[in-house]
Amino acid sequence: MSDAILTLDNVYTNIAQYHILQGVDLVVPRGAVTMLLGRNGVGKTTTLRSIIGHWRAHQGCILFDGEDITKLPTPAIARLGLGFVPEDMGIFADLTVEENMQLAAVSGPINSARLDWIFTAFPPLKTFWKSDAGTLSGGQKQMLSIARAMVEERKLYLIDEPTKGLAPAIISTMAKALKDLKQQGSSVLLVEQNFAVAKALGDSANVMDDGRMIWSGEMAELGRDAALQERLMGLSMEAH
Amino acid sequence: MSAAPEHAPTMAQATLADRIGPYMPVLLVPLLALAGFLAIMNPASWLTLTVSGLAMGMMIFIMASGLTLVFGLMDVINFGHGAFVSVGAFVGITVLMALGQMTAAPSLLLNLGAVLLAVIGAILATGAMGWAFEKVIVAPVYGHHLKQILVTMGGLIVVEQLIIVLWGPEEIYFNRPEALKGAVTFAGAAIEKYRLVAVAVGLAVFAAMRWVLRRTKIGLIVRAGVENGEMVEALGYRLKLVFVGVFIAGSALAGLGGVMWALYQEVITAHMGNHAMILIFIVVIIGGLGSVEGCFIGALLVGLLQNYIAFIEPKAALISNIALMVTILMWRPMGMIPVVKAK
Repeated sequence: MSDAILTLDNVYTNIAQYHILQGVDLVVPRGAVTMLLGRNGVGKTTTLRSIIGHWRAHQGCILFDGEDITKLPTPAIARLGLGFVPEDMGIFADLTVEENMQLAAVSGPINSARLDWIFTAFPPLKTFWKSDAGTLSGGQKQMLSIARAMVEERKLYLIDEPTKGLAPAIISTMAKALKDLKQQGSSVLLVEQNFAVAKALGDSANVMDDGRMIWSGEMAELGRDAALQERLMGLSMEAH
Repeated sequence: MSAAPEHAPTMAQATLADRIGPYMPVLLVPLLALAGFLAIMNPASWLTLTVSGLAMGMMIFIMASGLTLVFGLMDVINFGHGAFVSVGAFVGITVLMALGQMTAAPSLLLNLGAVLLAVIGAILATGAMGWAFEKVIVAPVYGHHLKQILVTMGGLIVVEQLIIVLWGPEEIYFNRPEALKGAVTFAGAAIEKYRLVAVAVGLAVFAAMRWVLRRTKIGLIVRAGVENGEMVEALGYRLKLVFVGVFIAGSALAGLGGVMWALYQEVITAHMGNHAMILIFIVVIIGGLGSVEGCFIGALLVGLLQNYIAFIEPKAALISNIALMVTILMWRPMGMIPVVKAK
């Protein structure tokens, strides 16, 4: 596909003696939200970590915006325009909310218009701007983690389970912010276990199992087909 | 199905202990000084010992502050840190002795100018040595603690032997610059001039380190890197470059500490850094790995306690710092102000 922002071609990643990714193929179109779905432990997080370079793909090729990033160091990959929100949020607890955001603004001072947009999406961040990030609640930490990725415009956002363990009200806030990001035409690769959120946000979906991609297609198509969901992920919409 | 209980959160005020808890490490220094006063019961002696303890603490802090950052940021156990103290002392004192006319002149400006040149020489030498040490000795063993201990101790031994080759095996005695000799009298207490200088330099180094760590982008990167280096890299920062910079800065600080320590003792030996390492490690451990503030408080506690105990019960002075470390670790196993989680 010519308009892909990210392409994984037959990627294998090992962690110690474990073969986690076993030939992953993935295409992330530009300007769309691509969902990465699957049961726990099938390799979704490893896929994101292989893209950002935290774990090295030992075989295969990862192309980002036309450039081979398979062997690039993590900082170089990030500076190409990748915003990463890890599953554990990666908050710097001893830094204030402000300092966390300043650190994420790699290319200079924070753009005030963008900060206003972030405060609108995540009002608690304005309230606790001068507080240590370690004192925030779980939901507020997740807001900060996503806001940190959004503080500068990125070519692609890699977001790993942003609604994990959050209360329904916070999930709504999170989903709305991600929808804003989508409406701005951003490219997003989103790992999500909450199928309702995935269905609301996703343009396309990729389902993993056992370290491989087992299905790719339109998110709407997967959302409509309960039997397909059951077969691919062992779930049905009735459960959500 | 019964109705869910009504949500009725309650607000309870934190206990006094909870509110004071975070500030306790800071309060320990005045509390120890007060305890020292009550034990000595002689204001003049107490003032002399307190200034002496603070001066000693400041010098230990200067030597240890680089090590705590290297520990915290790079997860490197550098037993070779003492080599930078020794090299700093030898280079600095060599420069100082070469400037004999300046140090012997009855002029404060000329004397301080000579000390400044000695410090610059020591910082340049130990900074360059730190860069080489990181590249040759530390870089190949990142992530391997046992190997780090072995190779950095080996590095320390090699450096000590090189000092002996270059400067000889004998202790080198020297005199402080004229303006730093003698004492001033204040409230009946004799206070050595040099100790006042050491306190001032220590405070300046602490203030400068805090400013860099709290007010600059590089400081933000270092503080964040101590906590979660992987995430700092994912934001686009080349943490390995920061590693090298911190190692060089830490080595240069040890060199500065070496000059200060040498001027305090008025004698230098190839093993002086190695001997100082016991106090440096105690300070880094009780302060909390990676914490400059913890290191500062820990160094002051060590300096004050050693001076008070040496006056009250000289035989107990040898174990006083170990006892302090045991007590603090029983109270806070991760140190007073831990920054780095257990790895």
